[in-house]
Amino acid sequence: MSAATTGTSPVSGRSAPGALRLTALHTRSQLLETVRVPIAVVGTVVFPTLTMLFFVVPQPFADEPVAATGATAQISLFAVMSVCLFTYGVGVAEDRALPWDSYLRTLPVGAGPRLAGRLLNGLAFALVSLVPLVLVAWLLTAATLPLDRLALTAGALAAAALPMLGLGLWIGYRMTTKAALAVAQVLLLPLAFGGGLFLPPEMFPSWLDAVSTWLPTRAGRDLVVSATTGADLPATTWPVLAAWGLLTAALAVRAYRRDEGRRFR
Amino acid sequence: MTRVPAPSGTDAATSAPPLARLLGATRRYGEVVALDDVSLDVPAGQLLGLLGPNGAGKSTLLQLLCGLRRPTSGTVELFGRPPWEPAGRAQLGMTPQETGLPPTLRVGEVVDVVAGHYPDPVPTAELLERFGLAELRRRQTGGLSGGQKRRLAVALAFVGRPRLVLLDEPTTGLDVDARHDLWEAVRAYHRGGGTVVLTSHYLEEVEALAERVVVVDRGRVLVDGTLDEVRSAVPARRVRLRAAALPDLGAERVVVDGDRHELWATDADALVRRLVRSGSEFSELEVSSPSLEEAFLAVTASGGAARSDQSTRTSEGAR
Repeated sequence: MSAATTGTSPVSGRSAPGALRLTALHTRSQLLETVRVPIAVVGTVVFPTLTMLFFVVPQPFADEPVAATGATAQISLFAVMSVCLFTYGVGVAEDRALPWDSYLRTLPVGAGPRLAGRLLNGLAFALVSLVPLVLVAWLLTAATLPLDRLALTAGALAAAALPMLGLGLWIGYRMTTKAALAVAQVLLLPLAFGGGLFLPPEMFPSWLDAVSTWLPTRAGRDLVVSATTGADLPATTWPVLAAWGLLTAALAVRAYRRDEGRRFR
Repeated sequence: MTRVPAPSGTDAATSAPPLARLLGATRRYGEVVALDDVSLDVPAGQLLGLLGPNGAGKSTLLQLLCGLRRPTSGTVELFGRPPWEPAGRAQLGMTPQETGLPPTLRVGEVVDVVAGHYPDPVPTAELLERFGLAELRRRQTGGLSGGQKRRLAVALAFVGRPRLVLLDEPTTGLDVDARHDLWEAVRAYHRGGGTVVLTSHYLEEVEALAERVVVVDRGRVLVDGTLDEVRSAVPARRVRLRAAALPDLGAERVVVDGDRHELWATDADALVRRLVRSGSEFSELEVSSPSLEEAFLAVTASGGAARSDQSTRTSEGAR
């Protein structure tokens, strides 16, 4: 009765909140929801660090600066990638089954701000998960990262993560929780291995190297390794990354638009 | 105690287009037809009650109206636009059927999230005050009682000063007092010019609130009219008896459970005369005038004894 009586027409007065404000709104509430379940955060943060401890620290190349830095960059991307496929593939599929998610869809907000909120969340969590990993690399291996390369590396990781995020969101909005889990698992290892995240591509046979060039993980890996070690960037990196980024973003948006929450048969 | 903010568009529309409209809307889930060629207009300022048993298509109808689902065929419009466009939902308020609030968020945060979507929302403190939730503002929703969750869910429908509110079983799980508070809130909103579509299992609730009643069953609109018109559309008398077998006595509805027969008819006297003339063996004859709710449930029921049990239980009101 207070403010309502003053506004005769709903259109007059203040205008509808813009996409930026809606994005901030959804980012914030998703972040709060996740942060308040500490165990989820712990899992995300601990996993890549353990990988580092088991697979890089005991190896002989841990003492060579360039090799150790490259290996750390590869594992970092693998960590970011699994956050994207699991937290934001399986996580979205789980959320979609919840009534709150359906409710949010009845509010006057489109695909953009909600997807953007998820994206920012994914990036934030991936970066947070890298902090202990980088500490381990710094203290226990010969890996080095000059301060002036830090921002560049973070940017490279974010750029390399975008196609993975799109892929995760496409899985999440397209599939049920069980299917999403299976598909994420099936995609994770071949993409990671084929992209040179476990073994550096220099050790690949030539046919695998040729296939690898067209994978989003390989382009991402090259970008991150180049950002950390200053290695040359192949000419294919940016076009491959951009193409996968656009394709997966389009798939994710389409899946979101077609989504009607739980599916009934 | 609970007052509801008046809608922002208080123009008492004379011949304005309907706020919401379904035109030949059909929705299938695979083989199942949940809504079958339904046409319905919701004019501004109306308080419409949607009645029907579980699985009748009420929820599907609301989901089409709020853009959650699209019709398999036919048209759905909200404020003259397709409801799946965000702009079409700018003046819509909605209460989810399941109170699936995010358990880790606080009450105030949940209201803020929803309020952030509207140009001129009711201030959070004011809204919580109106729905008796002010002292719960800092609590996580996972720690609320069922009734408190329900109240919060209903409050969310009014945050954006909507012109049309869809309430999907708003009082399910509430005790009698909370229910009446909520009814008062809905009436106040309606008096201020607001338009309401309300679904309910409880005829009592629809009787208390609605001007227009639409009865849905098996995806079709059975009755659409005033409360009196709906009353006259259902049989008024129930005849119960035990018998091994009965011939067709012209009852409008028959429910058989073993040797117990339940016959529904507008003219019970004529039915009993036919029963006696048929010469059938029977015992424990009983004629009664059930509540409108029981009658309505009997008509829409798909048959079986379970349904008649349920009708007596629901007629007791709350819960």
